[in-house]
Amino acid sequence: MERTDDLKIVKVKNVPKRKNKDTWAIIGFIAPAFLIYGVYVIYSIFMTFYYSLFDWTGIDSNMVFIGLENYIALFRDGVFWTSIQNNFLLVIASLFTQLPIGLIMALLLFSPIKGMRLFRSVYFMPFLMSTVAIGILFIFIYEGNYGLLNSVLGVIGLESLQTAWIGKESTAIWAVIATVCWQFAPFYMILFRATIVGIPEELYEAADIDGATGWQRFKNITLPLLMPIIVTSAILSVIGSLKYFDLIYVMTGGGPNNSTELMATYMYKQTFTNFNMGYGSSISFAMFIIAFIVTLFILFGDKQRKGNDS
Amino acid sequence: MTKLVKKIPLYLLAILILVITGLPFFIMFLTSFKGQMEFMTSPWSWPENFSLDSYKLLIELEFFGYFWNSMIVSVISVVIVIFIAAMASYPLARLTFRLNRPIFIIFMVGMMIPIHTTLVPIFTLTNDLGLYDSLLGLVGPYIAFALPISVVIFTQFMRDIPKELEESAKIDGCSHIRLFWNIIFPLLTPAVATVSIYNFIQIWNEFIFALTLTSSSQTATLPIGLREFYGEFSVNIPGIMAALTLGSLPLLLVYFVAQEKIVAGLAAGSVKG
Repeated sequence: MERTDDLKIVKVKNVPKRKNKDTWAIIGFIAPAFLIYGVYVIYSIFMTFYYSLFDWTGIDSNMVFIGLENYIALFRDGVFWTSIQNNFLLVIASLFTQLPIGLIMALLLFSPIKGMRLFRSVYFMPFLMSTVAIGILFIFIYEGNYGLLNSVLGVIGLESLQTAWIGKESTAIWAVIATVCWQFAPFYMILFRATIVGIPEELYEAADIDGATGWQRFKNITLPLLMPIIVTSAILSVIGSLKYFDLIYVMTGGGPNNSTELMATYMYKQTFTNFNMGYGSSISFAMFIIAFIVTLFILFGDKQRKGNDS
Repeated sequence: MTKLVKKIPLYLLAILILVITGLPFFIMFLTSFKGQMEFMTSPWSWPENFSLDSYKLLIELEFFGYFWNSMIVSVISVVIVIFIAAMASYPLARLTFRLNRPIFIIFMVGMMIPIHTTLVPIFTLTNDLGLYDSLLGLVGPYIAFALPISVVIFTQFMRDIPKELEESAKIDGCSHIRLFWNIIFPLLTPAVATVSIYNFIQIWNEFIFALTLTSSSQTATLPIGLREFYGEFSVNIPGIMAALTLGSLPLLLVYFVAQEKIVAGLAAGSVKG
């Protein structure tokens, strides 16, 4: 696959003979990266589509071509629809928790309070922990009998709220979403903080002369200048939520009763637990298409926004 | 005085967030020093006599093998990514040719591709190459998925280097290889730092490829090892907390030493990405 692409470069570059000297340098410089990327990413996407056209366990070489039947089955598969629904719930919940909380954390780091170094250091810690470690840790936080959350609720007199957070269908997905927020809000905090640092001090000084309140300063200076990074963060958050896997796999395995199933966990289950590699491939290709469409939508929306601004 | 009163809500909010982000770490750390019996009777109290039994157990179980595996895979992948991504970015940033934009976009699009879309083909490919259940088998996919963000960061960075620098070198008859290696690459230090930090954190914590492409405990990386340990000792909660503490320690230590550098690197990487 990538070899033909390389050849294309050669052909096109050979047209203007004068630049021939550069052509080989260009190929030489790009080839190593393009080769690895081509084999593991580009080739794999095509192969996933190819596999999705077969009835195949993955353990034997017996592949039966069945056309689009896997996709037809997918459309009728209730668990798949549950997983899409959960993925979009995660997308929306992430956007409306991670980004605002990340922004509040970033703004706090610029407020005139003492002990800033401690706040800053601790706030960022969750992002450095591996998702697997976070998952295991939060299993114990949400545990029904002695779990940390229930203990805290007991101490502040809210015993009535105590429950087996990730053992119950009604609470499991929210418990997981809260954990995802705990993990990623610090990341957006860092992005927002880096942008706020870059805002020229003169802008605020001018606002002070005009007698602007703190809220006006935020609304008229900070927020507009943060807009580009908020859009970037939104893209990262949406794409990240669509391919989310690790935490759910460790914490709930998609349960109880598929209530926390995501496209990625369902794909993994079908492929490597039930050995339906053909069917699993159709789920992963559907994930690709969904991520692709959503990305196009966001980019288009961003273009519109930029168009309106200028 | 009124100023202080005004600040009280700020402090309360700051401390509330501090507790929510910090308390899980604090409890994890404290619990790791408890005896198993002690945890059963009073799970969230202060440890009576800071016992090191859990850590001794981890050493006996050769938990450090997982560190070693994670270290090898992360370092090899990051070093290769830096070189081949910087190389690929050189023509993309400094030379004009017809396929420049398409190739850049092909790399950039990689950032939105779900890893799961490539999982089965990479699994079969790794099997066919005879690399299943080997650390080397992990390096390929790790590099491939680190390339998009790395190429984007390097390309953006190189575009900002003034053209005059290499103009004079070109007149001297400098080849592209020498131009890249002697003039451009040494100027990339900040971008190299960003790319290494960002990718190191990602690869050190990577889970799904390690889960799919390895199976034995000889090749288990840290996240896989943690999960294995959790499965085997799920009743020994202080032991699990000790494993989590040890597992998180390397990145946290590096973070506390080079905090500003890491934070700036991460921010730069993602903003540009």
